[in-house]
Amino acid sequence: MTDRRALTVLSWLWVGLPLVYGVYELILKVVQLFTG
Amino acid sequence: MSLGFLDRSRTIAPAGWSRWLIPPAALSVHLAIGQAYAWSVFKPPLEKYLGLSGTESALPFQLGIVMLGLSAATLGTRVERNGPRWAMFMSLVCFCGGFLVAALGVATKQYWLVVLGYGGLGGIGLGVGYISPVSTLIKWFPDRPGMATGIAIMGFGGGALIASPWSTEMLTAFGVDYDPTGRVLGVADGAIATTFLVHGLAYAVFMAVGVLLVRVPAEGWTPKGWTPAQNKARELISTASVSAANAVKTPQFWCLWVVLCFNVTAGIGILEKASPMIQDFFRSTPAPVTAASAAGFVALLSLCNMAGRFVWSSISDLVGRKNMYRGYLGAGAVLYLVIALTTNVSKPLFVICAMLILSFYGAGFATIPAYLKDLFGTYQVGAIHGRLLTAWSVAGVLGPLIVNAIADGQLAAGKSGPDLYTTSFYIMIGLLLIGFVANELVRPVRAKYQEPGETTAREEVAR
Repeated sequence: MTDRRALTVLSWLWVGLPLVYGVYELILKVVQLFTG
Repeated sequence: MSLGFLDRSRTIAPAGWSRWLIPPAALSVHLAIGQAYAWSVFKPPLEKYLGLSGTESALPFQLGIVMLGLSAATLGTRVERNGPRWAMFMSLVCFCGGFLVAALGVATKQYWLVVLGYGGLGGIGLGVGYISPVSTLIKWFPDRPGMATGIAIMGFGGGALIASPWSTEMLTAFGVDYDPTGRVLGVADGAIATTFLVHGLAYAVFMAVGVLLVRVPAEGWTPKGWTPAQNKARELISTASVSAANAVKTPQFWCLWVVLCFNVTAGIGILEKASPMIQDFFRSTPAPVTAASAAGFVALLSLCNMAGRFVWSSISDLVGRKNMYRGYLGAGAVLYLVIALTTNVSKPLFVICAMLILSFYGAGFATIPAYLKDLFGTYQVGAIHGRLLTAWSVAGVLGPLIVNAIADGQLAAGKSGPDLYTTSFYIMIGLLLIGFVANELVRPVRAKYQEPGETTAREEVAR
């Protein structure tokens, strides 16, 4: 059960981290709407 | 015929397998193939290096989207039969193979190889990959199909968010020079080819995790404490099984085809020209919008497009699919009307309306698989979804055509500002209202279209 939990966490990190990177880069651009 | 490791029988989940491993498996495919919407990053370097026009450099993307629709429509039944691991693997091979062929094309300056590689082969990967996890997710989450497919289809929107900055950084690292405004100054030999090569290899590793993780539930598996009767009580939800071949004969399929087509057309109406649109709207006001602010507006719309896929689709599990589409189409028409009537009176109002319209656009994509499942059952829902995606291909042509043709016509007539777009907005309102009526016409599927008895995908394999 612990193995499955670790696998679940790892698999969500695998897809979550790139997505967070993409959203972060996008938010930097969104800020331009108010400051650009 | 056994497909070995890729065979559906080899992907049946052992007891205790967590269903929360399936969304990341789906996301690893959708986040990768969503890269297609970041193709524009490659356009300026390709134009500079190979001396292409803007129209020519768009060809790989356009062919890719056409192939997406065609392959989803024609290979959907095979995807259902062979199972999600086979489909994800095929998507990996085609999508990543497409990048490798494109790399060869740039390295040898044979642009047709880029078009056929990325657009042709890669496009098949897009179509097969897009529908690959849909029916599996619905089977694992019969209690929350809208949320489950919303996560995956949100990934397709998120893929471009990742690829856009990542690809730009890689192009820069391998020798593409940009000036501060983003214009390409020079392209070193091998820069684009190496970028394509690394993309192909990196996406192959990323998608392979999905291929390894994906499982189908064992026959008779249901979530703990859940019974089919809980969903059955809601309007339109059936436990019947309708094949893809029969589904296209039903009026319900074509009603949903119209719903998807016009919902997407209306969203593209704003998405296609978001940057020039907001600048044109507020050009003659005391607070005009700069190009940098307009880029921020486009980014904000992308976020809403992605968030809408997850949020609205998840809510559809609580309030029902038909009600959600009433909102997407009805409220969407009202929001377009607000923009058309208030034009440039208020910038916050314009931005909020556009944000909501784009969230409905994304949600329209994400909620449709669950709507199909409600009407036609899980039997061949992936294949039916594939056939319905032809509506996307039509909308992809229709939306930009309407907005661009009208804006060009108004410009030639000497008009400016909001006048360039208001006619388009009234057309979008009309299309959304037609979609609204089509949604109202959706009724439960008649028994004559249903498979005899409780047919499952497993029985389909045995045939």
